[in-house]
Amino acid sequence: MEATGAEIVVRCLAEEGVEFVFGYPGGAVLNIYDEIFKQNKFKHVLVRHEQAAVHAADAYARATGRVGVALVTSGPGVTNAVTGIATAYMDSIPIVVVTGQVPTAAIGLDAFQEVDTVGITRPCVKHNFLVKDVKDLAVTMKKAFIIASTGRPGPVVVDVPKDVTAHLAEFEYPASVEMRSYNPVIKGHSGQLKRAVQMLLEAKRPMIYTGGGVVLGDASAQLAELTRLLGFPITNTLMGLGGYPATDRQNLGMPGMHGTYEANMAMQHCDVLLAIGARFDDRVIGNPAHFAREQRRIIHIDIDPSSISKRVRVDVPIVGDVQNVLADMLALLKQAKEKPDAAALNAWWTQIELWRSKNCLKYNNQSPIIKPQYVVEKLWEVTRGDAYITSDVGQHQMWAAQYYKFDQPRRWINSGGLGTMGVGLPYAMGVQLAFPEAQVACITGESSIQMNIQELSTCKQYRIPVKVVMLNNRYMGMVRQWQEFFYGSRYAESYMESLPDFVKLAESYGHIGMRIDKPADVEAALQEAFSPALKERMVFMDFQTDQTENVFPMVEGGKGLSEMILAEEL
Amino acid sequence: MRHIISLLMENEAGALSRVAGLFSARAYNIESLTVAPTEDATLSRMTIVTAGSEEVIEQITKQLNKLVDVIKVMDLTEGRHIERELMLVKVKATGAGREEMKRTADIFRGRIIDVTDATYTIELTGTGSKLDAFLEAIDPAFIIETVRTGASGIGRGERSLKA
Repeated sequence: MEATGAEIVVRCLAEEGVEFVFGYPGGAVLNIYDEIFKQNKFKHVLVRHEQAAVHAADAYARATGRVGVALVTSGPGVTNAVTGIATAYMDSIPIVVVTGQVPTAAIGLDAFQEVDTVGITRPCVKHNFLVKDVKDLAVTMKKAFIIASTGRPGPVVVDVPKDVTAHLAEFEYPASVEMRSYNPVIKGHSGQLKRAVQMLLEAKRPMIYTGGGVVLGDASAQLAELTRLLGFPITNTLMGLGGYPATDRQNLGMPGMHGTYEANMAMQHCDVLLAIGARFDDRVIGNPAHFAREQRRIIHIDIDPSSISKRVRVDVPIVGDVQNVLADMLALLKQAKEKPDAAALNAWWTQIELWRSKNCLKYNNQSPIIKPQYVVEKLWEVTRGDAYITSDVGQHQMWAAQYYKFDQPRRWINSGGLGTMGVGLPYAMGVQLAFPEAQVACITGESSIQMNIQELSTCKQYRIPVKVVMLNNRYMGMVRQWQEFFYGSRYAESYMESLPDFVKLAESYGHIGMRIDKPADVEAALQEAFSPALKERMVFMDFQTDQTENVFPMVEGGKGLSEMILAEEL
Repeated sequence: MRHIISLLMENEAGALSRVAGLFSARAYNIESLTVAPTEDATLSRMTIVTAGSEEVIEQITKQLNKLVDVIKVMDLTEGRHIERELMLVKVKATGAGREEMKRTADIFRGRIIDVTDATYTIELTGTGSKLDAFLEAIDPAFIIETVRTGASGIGRGERSLKA
């Protein structure tokens, strides 16, 4: 049967089993919106700014593992969406963004609301398409979903000119599409796997370092089995939190710029490093030359060959899907006659426990002013460690990562790569819609939250009961911290004057606002916010926190992992 | 080190800009780039001449392979290969210089493909350094304009790049 391009778009989304489309209408996509109006296969969520549509779709993907979908109009709809697309790209999140475009005859003529969408988004997508013929539309949509969700995942943009949405074509949704140029490697090379296993068994001071790839590749179960079988210490990066249970003794906490003392020291001083779905990011290993000073052999498992030997030379590269590779590695380990060197491992753990005994995350919780770390710790207790936590970007993000102990993957939703302020609230919306029964908290700051504060309105419209935990220190905290350390305490433009009354602001959108000034009230406020009585309500908690609190430990930019500044040293 | 990277990609709108964009976004250097469809019109073959350390060349190859439209990538300089470039040079050809110009073109196995009373247009193929040598052999004052295609390359013997 023939269908219009608009109908085809909508039917493709339904065929893909899409639950939610996050979007904002406009001229170029009106035909598509008319078809959305007529269908009931998926729900459209009207955001208040296109950036938030993409963030919400991105969070839906992070939390569920399925492809998130956003729909925006041409021109400013696209440019507003770009920050969201780049955010998803940096963290390898599978989303499909359908963008309206001016009619094909008007392309290139500086038409109203025209931008070169394919050109603007090219550097921040895994792939993009401009569909010039309605006959190509269904196949292109299929390709978009395949490319977004396979290999190293990422955002795909499908740009659809308005006339194409009106043209007719025979509709048939292909079950699959062959792409001769696109074949991600899935299985690890067996020779390399054998070398890796041998290296692991010979290790005296081993370390496992895992990133977002374990979470995206749904390989937590295999990782846990491998880590326990070997008895090695492990660290999960900011993107990898929850990949291995944070409360387990073998987990040394997060590595990197604000990582734990023990994780960074073990990264620096290990003799065999098993890197899994992680990319030796500058925020994780600091200065690569300093990192390379210590002799160590590195095994690197990643689905993207270009991530391997990019910043750090590795000895055993293994390209493949993390879940497959770990399963193969486990099988080899179980067959192996040798066992890990127990005596060496014991000595290594003794050293690690010594590092751990520094208790690098301790802070003064006797303060009469609310300490931000305390709020996160209490949040963990009140939610019994079982919430989905989204965050914005800055100090609160680091405290959330350090003090909320994630025991499961896909529970920690943050912008690790691009570091996009303003993601927290739309992220929480995407997660809460995906899991209506779950506890969802957005840990944010008073600066970040204002970058997408308009989404309080979306939360009102769809009764999205997320809990906002705002750590309000009246500063752009991370900027303030760097200015204190590196710019002689000259706080250039990092002070937030003229803040709104957040309680009244939340109330004006029909939500519940709370202001908490004293440490003694923190727990009760959280208890109330997460009580059954307020389960259906959005609660906005404004915690007035210590203005001068800093995030520790800290590895200064350009420094090495073993050159951390600890809280007690200041 | 100079490298010649050969690649096969889908002959689609925007494919060239994906490659060019990759080079500029990651601050890789392009010395020359040539592209045209192959005997199979759905495929384009591109030859990129670039320079960089081994690490940079490894990243370039990997990043090119990662592009969804790219089918195959080969670093021609890793093995035996042939490299050719085409140059058209328009020169002044008057008086005694006219005969001299013809002789020099012959020495370099160039062909004169357009003639006026005052000019020759010479077609020359070879490696980049041969073309450079020709330009050095003639008086620069005689050169009106030059146009070069950039290098195209192919593996020697059985070595080939097929979809």
